[in-house]
Amino acid sequence: MTPLLEVRGIDKSFGPVKVLHNVEFSAYAGEVTALVGDNGAGKSTLVKCIGGIYPIDGGEIFFDGKPVQIHTPRDAGELGIEIVYQDLALCDNLDIVQNMFLGRERKSGLLLDEDSMEELAEKTLSSLSVRTVKSIRQQVSSLSGGQRQTVAIAKAVLWNSKVVILDEPTAALGVAQTAQVLELVRRLADTGLAVVLISHNMNDVFAVSDRIAALYLGRMAAQVKTSDLTHAQVVELITAGRSGELGLKNGVTP
Amino acid sequence: MSKVKELPGEAIVAATQAPSIGNSFRAYVQRVRGGDMGSLPAVLGLVVLCAVFAIARPSFVTAINFANLFTQGAAITLIAMGLVFVLLLGEIDLSAGYASGVCAAVLAVTLASLGLPWYVCALAAILTGVVIGVVLGALVAKVGIPSFVVTLAAFLAFQGLVLVLVKEGTNISVRDPVIVAIANKNLEPWLGWALYAVCVGVFAAIQLVRATRRAKRGLTADPLSLIAFRVGTLAVLAGVAVFVLNLERSRNPALVSLTGVPIVVPVILVLLVVWTVILRRTSFGRHLYAVGGNTEAARRAGIPVDRLKISAFVICSAMAAVGGIVAASRASSVDPNTGGSSVLLYAVGAAVIGGTSLFGGKGRVLDAVLGGAVVAVIENGMGLMGYGASVKYLVTGCVLLLAAGVDALARRRAAAAGLR
Repeated sequence: MTPLLEVRGIDKSFGPVKVLHNVEFSAYAGEVTALVGDNGAGKSTLVKCIGGIYPIDGGEIFFDGKPVQIHTPRDAGELGIEIVYQDLALCDNLDIVQNMFLGRERKSGLLLDEDSMEELAEKTLSSLSVRTVKSIRQQVSSLSGGQRQTVAIAKAVLWNSKVVILDEPTAALGVAQTAQVLELVRRLADTGLAVVLISHNMNDVFAVSDRIAALYLGRMAAQVKTSDLTHAQVVELITAGRSGELGLKNGVTP
Repeated sequence: MSKVKELPGEAIVAATQAPSIGNSFRAYVQRVRGGDMGSLPAVLGLVVLCAVFAIARPSFVTAINFANLFTQGAAITLIAMGLVFVLLLGEIDLSAGYASGVCAAVLAVTLASLGLPWYVCALAAILTGVVIGVVLGALVAKVGIPSFVVTLAAFLAFQGLVLVLVKEGTNISVRDPVIVAIANKNLEPWLGWALYAVCVGVFAAIQLVRATRRAKRGLTADPLSLIAFRVGTLAVLAGVAVFVLNLERSRNPALVSLTGVPIVVPVILVLLVVWTVILRRTSFGRHLYAVGGNTEAARRAGIPVDRLKISAFVICSAMAAVGGIVAASRASSVDPNTGGSSVLLYAVGAAVIGGTSLFGGKGRVLDAVLGGAVVAVIENGMGLMGYGASVKYLVTGCVLLLAAGVDALARRRAAAAGLR
């Protein structure tokens, strides 16, 4: 099976600091790929490179088997790559529909076509079986953390996206809301999307992911099927970059 | 974290409350309690102030004084309308007052010494405003100087510029009949009623068309009763205003008749409608709110934040120019003080009193009009009570502080209620 999204040999430095070393990473359609790693391992940087926010210094990105160039968030959006950021990119003072279409509003003539936007937003939310918001004309400021996360994810799905990357979607949520969001993440993959889940939380990772990719100090330590790994092995990969046969062979010094 | 109740198992739209008068009212009360007061303080303030002045000075409730309120508040309201755009982004323009002075001086100079037709001069004044806006906006958005500092510097510089334009302090009189008419002449009474009919008719038509269109698509639409209530309220309030303005208010009707809606009223109305449509129904307006609410989110959504900031300053300074033209018309002259002294603070006060937030992301053009009315009533009423400038400044200062306090407290309250 060819991965829907594949990056090969990505390097990225910020000035003298090299953040990503020759990183390989793949995400498959219909699967949840968990991207794990300690703080500063380069998870967010990798995602921002894929999303076109940071330019890459070296390496290649393949989408559906073909090499692609991603220079801006627009490029990523056109390919169907959507990123849901950790600090939710929602505007509190706008309502759910307005947020979902932000920057890509539908228009009839010069004016906004509110009705068709509302219809489409509603369709998307119900296709994700979201039933927890009172009204989609509700301001985002009045939503709970889980509901906001849901809106942010729905916003990413709205655009016929093929790859959805979630940066720590459950970090700020309570138990019930986390379950809600994880269920949504699983549903996204089941509808055929390639989902990348960045998470610190091993329970979340084991609950929903099909594959695990572990970054260690800017290097990809291992990419393995979740069913082949134990909890302890993942922790070792995250903290030491290796676990038995798995991981980086020649110990890496920070 | 939030007080919103989750409704498991209910379809997303079925859970939406049917919008009836009762439900709309309840939703409004809930919003106010949650800290989102909107224009409520301005409307309440207006009612209280009018009542107090009407009791203290019966001359406050005469037709002539009612008409005075409009011409008195017009320039400040227009400047405040522009300021709303800058405030929406969480920025401030302290130079808007003197910008209006500069533009008014450009108008007066081109009229008096160059003798150009009025529309050319008015256009020149507005273009001056646009150029000022581009410069201020570029300094804020591209160079990255805080808007407070940029416009404070401009506040000083424009003061100098006005002096240069009026040759160090002469008073240039404005005699062009069209320009002078804006703030000093009235519409024929029948024209006032025609304007009234068009306004109410168009408002009702828009509301009805929107409701039927939404109902056809199966979206939640406002019921007829709610629309009738809104249209009825507008019809009654505007009807009373037009009726009073059409009363004879000349002291000596045999000599000169003085009736009709002041010409500034339709000017303000047209600008109010145009800017409201732009703010509420175009993607440009939507993006302004987005930048004011969360700049980073807007940037990630691909919104050109810098360009948006510059255009907000352009709109602000251009509206200041319009305000300047009206001020020049009202005084029939331009002097070094045009747009100076309290004009800017009154304008900022008008926007904030009306319910526009100083923190950005919240505000309407209508706020400027409501707040402008409050400021005009204070100014006018205190004048009638015989208080001097000292008391007027003190009171307006306190009102501005009160409005900003309400804004800040509302924000805190919303945060406490988990709404922000």
